[in-house]
Amino acid sequence: MSLLHVEHYSKRFYIDHLQREIAVFADLHFTLEAGQFLLVSGPNGMGKSTLLRCLYRTYRPAAGRAWYASRRGPIDLARAADVDMALLRREELGFVTQFLRPRPRVSARELVAEPLLAAGCPWSEALPRAEAMLATFGLKPALWSAYPATFSGGEQQRVNLARALVHPCRLLLLDEPTASLDAAARASLTERLAQLKAQGVAMIGVFHYPQEVRPLLDGEIKLAGTADPAQMEVEHVVE
Amino acid sequence: MTAISNHRFVPNDPPRLVATPPLLRAQGLVKHYGRITAVQDVSLEVYPGEVLGVVGESGSGKSSVLRLLNLEEPADAGTYTLELPGWQGQNLLRLERFQQREVQILHIGIVYQNPHLGLRMRYTSSGNVAERLLITGERRYSTLRAAARASLATSEFPLDRMDDPPRILSGGMQQRVQLARAIALRPRLLLLDEPTTGLDVSVQAMVLDTLKRLQRELHLAIVIVSHDLGVIRTLADRVIVMRHGRVVETGLTDQVLEDPQDAYTQQLVHAKL
Repeated sequence: MSLLHVEHYSKRFYIDHLQREIAVFADLHFTLEAGQFLLVSGPNGMGKSTLLRCLYRTYRPAAGRAWYASRRGPIDLARAADVDMALLRREELGFVTQFLRPRPRVSARELVAEPLLAAGCPWSEALPRAEAMLATFGLKPALWSAYPATFSGGEQQRVNLARALVHPCRLLLLDEPTASLDAAARASLTERLAQLKAQGVAMIGVFHYPQEVRPLLDGEIKLAGTADPAQMEVEHVVE
Repeated sequence: MTAISNHRFVPNDPPRLVATPPLLRAQGLVKHYGRITAVQDVSLEVYPGEVLGVVGESGSGKSSVLRLLNLEEPADAGTYTLELPGWQGQNLLRLERFQQREVQILHIGIVYQNPHLGLRMRYTSSGNVAERLLITGERRYSTLRAAARASLATSEFPLDRMDDPPRILSGGMQQRVQLARAIALRPRLLLLDEPTTGLDVSVQAMVLDTLKRLQRELHLAIVIVSHDLGVIRTLADRVIVMRHGRVVETGLTDQVLEDPQDAYTQQLVHAKL
């Protein structure tokens, strides 16, 4: 069984106060194996980020199936119970967003350690791993104990990447992770993604400028067409 | 859930991967106050180590649900079980009052928005916490003192003030005394009713941080009622949305906040500043 097998995946939003539905994508198919990296491509508004969120279940898919071979057994991410999704998010699924969500009075170091603590890792082990990850993404050690709410966009994104990548996962979803990063930080990210891929982590990513990750890619999910589902075309290529 | 919902998204399967049974299972809860129906057919489950948020506007019935779960008031209908040794499968709502009291004291902790509901304002803070152990029959002063100190420290209460009465403490410190009292007997279930409402923002952030740490370290199942969606996003894994005494939507916290399905939830989420 593949790590992820997606069939007939569709998303539309119903907006009650407009009394209308907005279709994003429909009837999407693709397959992903361990260690493979798929790029989601297409013009703005075609639902690239929406696809990632529908797999992570921040959004509820309207139709379709997403069979995922979890360590605890196969499960359809489209209809998995909420508690099962919460478990998978703690243990196997990673999501890197464009923005950090800093909390008042929580230091950069603590924010990064949190996913490890949530997975049952003791403080004594979580702390050095969090710091190593912050170092990987080049956040100045002077900032590790500071509160990221006041950081610049680039510094916040380094914390965000460290937090998202500190805990090993099996399927990693990346939503424009290089936004607001300088060249050095982008290179660190690419290097880290190459390591993860070599370890067998499967990845699906949206990148505004995909050239840096191009050598890591195994295929592309092309989202194209109009928002009208009747005219929407979805093309998928895996080399 | 509204009838339209089935057409708009794929329905959930029952849990397949989570192996442990829920700690808390409530089904068909109903509560009337005179002619008013405060809670109408509410069902919910909470797993060990999980935080369930209950949101909805004032009067939606969310605090009434919490009072039923705390066995404070009789329910008019429904079943409520906790997966605790000796109590499995028993509908707690149908127990004798003295048995309900035992479950409540030993296994359920609660923190109220209003500290006057949870604390004796003129006792010492340490005495408020030690009282929980006194109820269970502990009489040795040194044991009571040590337990109060330990719980207050776990709640990150400043120990040099442990003998001050709550009435002279700040709002944030009063909530920490309530929290220490709630966890003094190491319950499996913690109920939080607007625990940070009325605190200023930086104090709120610190209390939330303490709650997050406690939940992780004590592996508590938590039900938190709040109208503050920021608080819910910070703490809750899953959310139920209530309106007019009923559950209108349930889901993962980020999903309910970012892709709300129910018309009322859409209004509620978009009303946030």
